[in-house]
Amino acid sequence: MKKQNEKILTILALIVLGILVYLAENNLDAYKLRILNLGAIYVTLAVSLNLIYGFTGQFSLGHAGFMAIGAYVTSLLVLPPYYKEMIYILEPLAWPFTVIHAPFIVALFLSGLFAAIAAFIIGLPVLRLKGDYLGIATLGFAEIIRIIANNIPRVTNGALGIKGIPEFTNLWWTVGVAIVTIYIIKGLIESSYGRALMAIRENEIAAEVIGVNLTYHKVMSFTISAFFAGVAGGLFACLLTTIDPKAFMFVMTFNILIVVVMGGLGSITGTVLAAFLFNFFLEYLRPIEAGFNIGPIKIPQVPGMRMVTFSALLLVVILYKQKGLLGGFEFSWKGFFQFINKLFKNKRSSEGSAM
Amino acid sequence: MSLNLFLQNVANGLSLGSLYALIAIGYTMVYGILRLINFAHGEIFMLAPYFLYFGVLIFHLPWWASIIVAIALTATTGMLSERIAYKPLRDAPRISVLISAIGVSFFLQNLAIVVFSGIPKSVHRPEFFTRLYQFGEIRIQSTLFASIIVSSIFLTLLLYVVYRTKTGLAMRAISTDIETSRLMAVDVNRAVSITFIIGSALAAVGGILWGLRFPQLFPTMGMIPGLKAFIAAVVGGIGNIPGAMLGGLILGMTEILFVAFLPAVSGYRDAFVFLILILILLFKPDGILGKKVQEKV
Repeated sequence: MKKQNEKILTILALIVLGILVYLAENNLDAYKLRILNLGAIYVTLAVSLNLIYGFTGQFSLGHAGFMAIGAYVTSLLVLPPYYKEMIYILEPLAWPFTVIHAPFIVALFLSGLFAAIAAFIIGLPVLRLKGDYLGIATLGFAEIIRIIANNIPRVTNGALGIKGIPEFTNLWWTVGVAIVTIYIIKGLIESSYGRALMAIRENEIAAEVIGVNLTYHKVMSFTISAFFAGVAGGLFACLLTTIDPKAFMFVMTFNILIVVVMGGLGSITGTVLAAFLFNFFLEYLRPIEAGFNIGPIKIPQVPGMRMVTFSALLLVVILYKQKGLLGGFEFSWKGFFQFINKLFKNKRSSEGSAM
Repeated sequence: MSLNLFLQNVANGLSLGSLYALIAIGYTMVYGILRLINFAHGEIFMLAPYFLYFGVLIFHLPWWASIIVAIALTATTGMLSERIAYKPLRDAPRISVLISAIGVSFFLQNLAIVVFSGIPKSVHRPEFFTRLYQFGEIRIQSTLFASIIVSSIFLTLLLYVVYRTKTGLAMRAISTDIETSRLMAVDVNRAVSITFIIGSALAAVGGILWGLRFPQLFPTMGMIPGLKAFIAAVVGGIGNIPGAMLGGLILGMTEILFVAFLPAVSGYRDAFVFLILILILLFKPDGILGKKVQEKV
């Protein structure tokens, strides 16, 4: 398959995806759209975590913190100033935030930028740590970010959180951002930078010996990863329309980590699949909680049953699919056509044997 | 700050610290043996006071019997969680086991919501546990003594088991090299099960003391103490049992004294704890008592 043809196929696939998004936006109800939107936001979050963890091998548990930064930056920028004055009841809003106002796209970009700056400052000292130590240190930083958000009511409205954020997020935004994220991160991985990152993952000392600048590459990967987490945080805020510090506890990071591992470490295709499956299952298990009938047996309503089933499912999947749903499998057009060819060949040969 | 107030705070810090120490042991032992951050440990901790509460309230057990039953049930839950969710993954990538631990944590927490309901329950404490003792100007609740004394007893017992018995020897052998221990005919599964039983039982003791000290139970109550106890284990040097005890005490002390000396910024208490953790990791990555592990090429 020529590169040229692959490009055309990719563009065609994007057009088909565009049509699907158009149809979904116009035909589905708000509830289904929200699930799809969450799925797409999780794609952005998980693919960006996959960059630092799956491809660079640096165990980062700080994603919820970077999301929080993005969510607050976006909220403060897109809310009209008169409205902001109204909702800050505990303490009045501090100065620059009372006047600033920006369109959604600018807000999203700045969300990413601030998250990236935070990641740069944190990453420079912390990325020297290895393995679980790095994980627990980044988790600590994410919690510090959340606690700060809880304690500066003049900026974040404290524990009350920000309500009434305009609902700018729709499928065009979430799917668009997810595609841009995948495009950029895939491009990065396939470049010489990506080779360096994977070298660090496989063996840090060996990578250093062949001349890979460890600090530079780790911090770069961490910063880019945080950038997209920040953007996703902004989308998240404008999807839910209300945020508070509790939404960004470390459980949020765990959810993203589950998606990454379930999809298969270092596989973007798997991550995308797992992100949507995760959100579908979380929502479509709701009937279990509401109570239902199996023949004559009546199951009463039990709050919490949904998450019990969900976590049991999660355990079953991880016990039987230890390397995630797709392992290291990655989608490519070449593999796709080989698969189709094989399908037809099998058909032909089986037809042949039947005659 | 007057000397009396300071001493009062030190006493509070000691008792909180001894609770953290009890929970931290479970983290550090499991990490030492399986290299696994057992995120479900906080939930194990949460179960114990619930078991106690229901033992007294529904089954009308006397307090002492209910406490024993609660510890036994919690230890069994801990062991079963290992058998079901971690044992099949012994040769899997480490991250899969971690995800499994997160799954167990979600599962237990939500099971608690289903079985015990999400509405916070207040524990009715017998008079014995709320009695106040007066030492000059300092007032000390009996639970505070209980937590310090009980944890000292259990921690001494633990040190005996780990450093003076054959089972303890097996545990230490496995934590050094699991493969070689297997070759030396160490029953790895048995030792791991015992580790989980001991860790969970200590967490149960911690949980019960916690429930008597802060008498309100809710299904997510294990999350933050669990995380802090894990931090205590890392601060002391993860995998190191005396380290976990020291880390717990340092953490409890720091928390109480931070609020006592800087009441204006008490909201940042937990942030301060995390900051200490990060600073210790940066300057002494193996913790206070941890041994430096040379990386092999």
